[in-house]
Amino acid sequence: MFEIRIHSRGGQGGVTAAKLIAQAAFHDGRFATAFPFYGAERRGAPVVSFVRISDEPIKVYSQVRSPDMVIVLDASVMDVIDVFAGLREGGAVLINTTEPLAIEGHPVHPVDLTGIALRVNLVVAGSPILNTPVLGALARIGLVSREAALAAIAETFDDPRNVEAAKAAYEETRP
Amino acid sequence: MLTTATGNRAVAAAAKEARPGVVAAYPITPQTEIVEQIAAYVAEGSLEADYIPVESEHSAMAACIGASAAGARTFTATSSHGLLYMHEMLHWAAGARTPVVMANVNRALGPGWNIWAEHTDAFSQRDTGWLQVFVASIQEAYDATLMAFRIAEDERVLLPVMVNLDGFLLSHITQSLETVDVGDFIPPFSLPHAIDTTRPRGYGTLTPPETYYQFRWDMERSMRASREVIAETEAEFARRFGRVYGPTEDYRCEDADVVVVALGTLGKEAEVAVDRLRSEGVKAGSMRLRWFRPFPALDLSGREVVVIDRDYSFGFGGVIAHSIRSTTRAEPYSVIAGLGGQEVTYDDIAGFVRRREAGREDWFGVSD
Repeated sequence: MFEIRIHSRGGQGGVTAAKLIAQAAFHDGRFATAFPFYGAERRGAPVVSFVRISDEPIKVYSQVRSPDMVIVLDASVMDVIDVFAGLREGGAVLINTTEPLAIEGHPVHPVDLTGIALRVNLVVAGSPILNTPVLGALARIGLVSREAALAAIAETFDDPRNVEAAKAAYEETRP
Repeated sequence: MLTTATGNRAVAAAAKEARPGVVAAYPITPQTEIVEQIAAYVAEGSLEADYIPVESEHSAMAACIGASAAGARTFTATSSHGLLYMHEMLHWAAGARTPVVMANVNRALGPGWNIWAEHTDAFSQRDTGWLQVFVASIQEAYDATLMAFRIAEDERVLLPVMVNLDGFLLSHITQSLETVDVGDFIPPFSLPHAIDTTRPRGYGTLTPPETYYQFRWDMERSMRASREVIAETEAEFARRFGRVYGPTEDYRCEDADVVVVALGTLGKEAEVAVDRLRSEGVKAGSMRLRWFRPFPALDLSGREVVVIDRDYSFGFGGVIAHSIRSTTRAEPYSVIAGLGGQEVTYDDIAGFVRRREAGREDWFGVSD
């Protein structure tokens, strides 16, 4: 079983990102559970959501404590949250950032999701949308297939800029 | 069709497939998405039902009772305080023999204000005459909702059914879901005592003791008969759609020395704990209780029993622990865990089994 923890801020779409990853894994013929942790969040507060992917039906409903991968949609949460807490040895990190970043013992995949969203004008109510481009980045590093990622996005959102952003993120992510 | 859905969406999809004539509901977290989705079905015309937005849960259930008495298939959904606000009408629905189907998204009760999973809301409706089933996956939420209509509306039952799913842990997670074309699995609804204006009768009139107790005995007779109807319905569901359900879901129980009994998602998480314990040489099994009313006959003879209660009856104990104690010869180790959405992992459950002590009650995170 592969376990993922997603860090974002309330309103950035971390919950939808988890759902899209589960949908993509499902398209790849695997089992998945996506679950948000709902607390007393409000817009802008640090939030987490989780995904589990497996070749067997998933029986675990408790939160992910030792993720195989951490996704950070907003690097500013790293100032207030230990996003690497419990990360397994060698566990991958995908971060939305323009800064180069290295973490000893962990493969790090920095990608400018915000820049991509702004470039294709994927902006809602003044906020760049990150949860569809991140699927492209995850496809590039092999978590889900590219076809499955694009299928999950297309069946969820009508706006073609979502798929466009995901394709751009796929190209711009270092595998 | 194979798709993905949240627990709430799965329940709404199943309710739609059952083609209710009337849905009356009031929103409450974490259930709102169910009735929101049904309202959308009705608005877009994919479900031909009367959707009655009411001003409270008490009225939601009252409207369902009236519609059911008029012969309409009815559905509603609620949670926590909404369920409690319905309490009077829950007794009425069962007593009037109106087979309403309701999803209850299990949530703790205030104060303190808490929106997370707990089973005390459902258990506090224990004596209302409703059948209650608890599910542990998105697929099961869908399947149990479909079956609930057939069971409730069977002439041998004619009692309302509550489908319980853990707040957030099921209502808001996304998993794969296989929807079915229900076909004639749910027969057309025909209420024998439906209101008929050509044959005027009294409903809910003053009932003297010599008649009243007969009505109550008839409810219990139907509750007892429902065991057979549930078994038939689950067997027919397995035959048509291939998924097997029973009063419990037993996992590695055949040769188990110790059996963990729990409901909902804790009952699934317990299976992972069982695998862990087995790898350490502990012959553990898991028995996930699906039906709470009617309470199933359990065979726990010769086994040690660990019961996890996500509920509490103050001044008495865990509701399931005491139900097991009073219906079997088992003297369980009772663990109170997961109240108000408290995190309980498979490692925690394995720990309960390792330090079990028959007859003792522990509060997870308090007395250990």
